[in-house]
Amino acid sequence: MNKPGKDVDKRERIVKRIARELRDGFYVNLGIGMPTLIANHVPRGIEVTLQSENGMLGIGPYPVEGQEDPDLINAGKETVSEMPGTSYFSSADSFAMIRGGHIDLSVLGAMEVDESGSLANWMIPGKMVKGMGGAMDLVAGARRVVVAMEHTTREGAPKILKKCTLPLTGVNVVDTIATEMAYVRVTKDGLVLEEVAPGLTAEDVQRATEARLIVSPHLRVMES
Amino acid sequence: MKKVVANADEAVRDVFDGATIMIGGFGLCGMPENLIRALVRKGTKNLRTISNNVGVDGAGNGLLLAAGQIVHHIGSYVGENKLLEEMVLKGTIRLDLVPQGTFAERIRAGGAGIPAFFTPTGVGTMVAEGKETREFDGRTYVMERGLTADFALVKAWKGDREGNLIYRKTARNFNPMMATAGKITIAEVEHLVDVGELDGDQIHTPSIYVKRIFQGELFERRIERRTLRKA
Repeated sequence: MNKPGKDVDKRERIVKRIARELRDGFYVNLGIGMPTLIANHVPRGIEVTLQSENGMLGIGPYPVEGQEDPDLINAGKETVSEMPGTSYFSSADSFAMIRGGHIDLSVLGAMEVDESGSLANWMIPGKMVKGMGGAMDLVAGARRVVVAMEHTTREGAPKILKKCTLPLTGVNVVDTIATEMAYVRVTKDGLVLEEVAPGLTAEDVQRATEARLIVSPHLRVMES
Repeated sequence: MKKVVANADEAVRDVFDGATIMIGGFGLCGMPENLIRALVRKGTKNLRTISNNVGVDGAGNGLLLAAGQIVHHIGSYVGENKLLEEMVLKGTIRLDLVPQGTFAERIRAGGAGIPAFFTPTGVGTMVAEGKETREFDGRTYVMERGLTADFALVKAWKGDREGNLIYRKTARNFNPMMATAGKITIAEVEHLVDVGELDGDQIHTPSIYVKRIFQGELFERRIERRTLRKA
């Protein structure tokens, strides 16, 4: 199987693909880690406002040295800056926004996703205790939920499964899965493979996926 | 009525063994660091803490944890705290993980006299196990309970001598809800000003919720992840 490249290239492909989903005027919540990088690839001519669940609308770029402010962080606890028009609010208001369906797009990572659009990303029993943070609220409340993740584990095991095995973050909540190998839409009939990475075939992607993929009649090559 | 106390030690004088305490902050941002240090000095035991995180190893609520003062913690994310993870896996502390929005709303509800509410968050997952669910307009929701505490420890940027509070940027986070949900709410502020100096239209937490207030002795204002871009 001709699985493309280094981690950085993989991430770049995923991030750029999701950035193309952004629409002018969107309010977007980007999860910790890889999803945060989407902010660097907002298409020209489009304005989006980034929400941070710790109580901010209007996240700007990382500050330059000397401008960092301990009172101004994102949900990953990284120092950030503010855009003109930024607002701050309490965590209760922040999650009212999220739960109330006011966030257009939520992008987050996952350890497992399954063919019913359920995902797991917060706990490995007996091994890892981190907590769900805001992920359960985001997947329950955002209008559209996109999972950004590598297609397989480091050991090469599939992460897109028939049924998740880890404790769930949400049930039937994922709309789209973007990996370095493919772009997959969750439908009521199952997972539809809509795009494959350059140099890969639908069969290559299926071999790295436990769940059965329905190949779209309009299968395309992922632009990067 | 005198709400101003001299310092953090005086403010926590009656925090008792076994108390339930809410502690504001998102990680180290906006946490009442002077009150936490005073609780460590006081050595209060068997605390049940309600705070989004448990600080980091060696700072914030992590100090209380390392001193063995916490027996039960309720929060949403503890990934920054290796010691806690070890204690949970060994079974030496009870940890209840709550989705962050549910956590915030439980505290808001507790302070607002709402004993329970229904939320879509967590339906079908571990967090909904054993809880009442109900369908509204074709969607399933799970019932969650309001939360209150014996003491709420909050941090604000400015406060006046009557207890009106103004927070700054993302240091606001859980502080406003917690201020409403403590039987005794104690506020530490960076700047304590006279009554009348704050604009009434800008107050985030009205004085009614705050029982004690003081200007913090020392604000380290530690940054967890200093991330920068090139100038």
